Amino acid sequence: MVEDRRLGDAIAYIILTIGVLICAFPVWLTFVASTWDNATIINGQLPLYPGPHFLDNYYRILFVGTSGSTREPVASMMLNSFVMAMTIAIGKIFISVLSAYAIVYYRFPFRMAAFWIIFVTLMLPVEVRIFPTFKIVSDLGMLDSYQGLAVPLIASATGTLLFRQFFMTIPDELLEASKIDGAGPFKFFKDTVLPLSLTTIAALFVIQFIYGWNQYLWPLLITTKDSMQTIVIGIRKMITTSDALTEWQLAMATAMLAMLPPVFVVIAMQRLFVKGLVETEK
Amino acid sequence: MAQVTLNNVKKIYAGGVEAVKGVSFDIPDGGFCVLVGPSGCGKSTLLRMVAGLETISAGEVAIGSRVVNQVEPADRDIAMVFQNYALYPHMSVYDNMAYGLRNRGTPKDEIEKRVAEAARILAIEPFLQRRPRQLSGGQRQRVAMGRAIVRKPQVFLFDEPLSNLDAKLRVQMRVEIKKLQRALGVTAIYVTHDQVEAMTLSDKLVVMNGGQVEQIGVPAEVYRKPASRFVATFIGSPPMNLLPAKLDGHGIIALGDALLQARDLRDDLPAGTAVEVGLRPEDIEVASEGAAGSLPFDVEFIEELGATQLFHGQLAGKPFVMQAATGEVAAQAGRLWISVDPDKVHVFDAESGVRLGKG
Repeated sequence: MVEDRRLGDAIAYIILTIGVLICAFPVWLTFVASTWDNATIINGQLPLYPGPHFLDNYYRILFVGTSGSTREPVASMMLNSFVMAMTIAIGKIFISVLSAYAIVYYRFPFRMAAFWIIFVTLMLPVEVRIFPTFKIVSDLGMLDSYQGLAVPLIASATGTLLFRQFFMTIPDELLEASKIDGAGPFKFFKDTVLPLSLTTIAALFVIQFIYGWNQYLWPLLITTKDSMQTIVIGIRKMITTSDALTEWQLAMATAMLAMLPPVFVVIAMQRLFVKGLVETEK
Repeated sequence: MAQVTLNNVKKIYAGGVEAVKGVSFDIPDGGFCVLVGPSGCGKSTLLRMVAGLETISAGEVAIGSRVVNQVEPADRDIAMVFQNYALYPHMSVYDNMAYGLRNRGTPKDEIEKRVAEAARILAIEPFLQRRPRQLSGGQRQRVAMGRAIVRKPQVFLFDEPLSNLDAKLRVQMRVEIKKLQRALGVTAIYVTHDQVEAMTLSDKLVVMNGGQVEQIGVPAEVYRKPASRFVATFIGSPPMNLLPAKLDGHGIIALGDALLQARDLRDDLPAGTAVEVGLRPEDIEVASEGAAGSLPFDVEFIEELGATQLFHGQLAGKPFVMQAATGEVAAQAGRLWISVDPDKVHVFDAESGVRLGKG
């Protein structure tokens, strides 16, 4: 049926534009606030256009720090967050690819039991097991360390489940063809399973990086030194100051900086993402 | 090159299900053996046991003079073509063919030489750098064949390799597979449920049913002298007509009121033994009314196949099909008198379904 689609298109664009504006406005406001001085923000008359203090605000927050309760420069917080998020993302992918491979392709006693035990950990996020986990980490002397920040968050079932489901869609004939081609279990994993999982790995990496980057409760518990705190904790500490004025422009600049790495990860991985959706390479 | 010997091979699954119940035969060096049967008859399982993808529960499989029961698939010197081709989707056509050779440590120039040669034979040279998904079904099939050829194996194993292709391509690839196998002189085992493929490709046909071998022989012999009711109905299209009947003296069968002569029939059976008579639709001839040995056939409707026509109807109260060249018989419903050459009358035991032939 031929019909005039222009009206429909226009309505769709209007709705989409409104949606984008609703999502983007707070981000814009944050950015604008990070380019003015604190006085302008505090007297409640923040303009909607960027101010003149972009460079000095960002320089100060990145390399000097606030004068309030957290004096660490944000650059080192970002490094901490980055190390933590990367360790969690890579560690999770590493463990879950291997465990899923074992569960799908090996026949060993209590295979299904092992799978269900992994599955059950889905019901035990950090928040639920926080006291025992804290006790263990503290007994192992891992407080205020990267291991302490990352390792407890690596153990979870999501990745294993994701890869298990994906591996089960790989046709058995590929495994058999590999066997006849003389590829052992490790070679099959390296030459066939890993290349086929690339898009799944990319998806999991994006999800886990953002998950790690946004962690709040766990880092709050186990970091006591300012030098180990993550950027999410940093923002929080900047806002609640008891003995000094909140330096809003710096808090906003930190928020902007905190947004950047996840955005970069999404953009960098987007190509693979889309590839994974468009191509069905099986 | 090698011959393949199966000696009382059995497959018993963990649950006690016997998928293959003791199969023995051998395939001469360079022979083309087709395993045919309905789905679930154990033909694929048998092939996979030869390939080493299934363990052998009992019996022996030997390739050449070597028993391979405990040998890894990669070391059995075989190549397999799978039903869905099982090409590595992330590798180019070239890498798909070279992968097995690389794993074997074949020198690089030797790999290049073999892949180039296989690509030339199969006419897939223009696609060597493409990915499998950029190829059509027929081209993928060729790549799968190429992957088997480059290995220069002693045995080719085909697991229903043509069933994912359309009808026209299937005929074309069937011819190519046969030519290729002849040219290379490699022993081949081919699994299919398609009786046309089975008849055309094999020089040794193994008909399987329910995990057992029903008949082994050259295709013409299997067609001419089916060893059982099952083989009789499975091989041949349209399938053979089967009619209940009784023996009536030496070489004579009573079919209702009519009498029918059969040449290949044991003569030690008492008159009155219940049997089943098999008549192939294409062996039936039209006779004049009331002629000796003629049977009344009530035609109900006619199917046009172009070169031939199928006459469907009733004979002695049972559904019956006759095939005749178009124009040979007036295409109209009504009574026809038919006769069959006594050489082409098949008689089976009514209970066991075994052929009651002279030996």
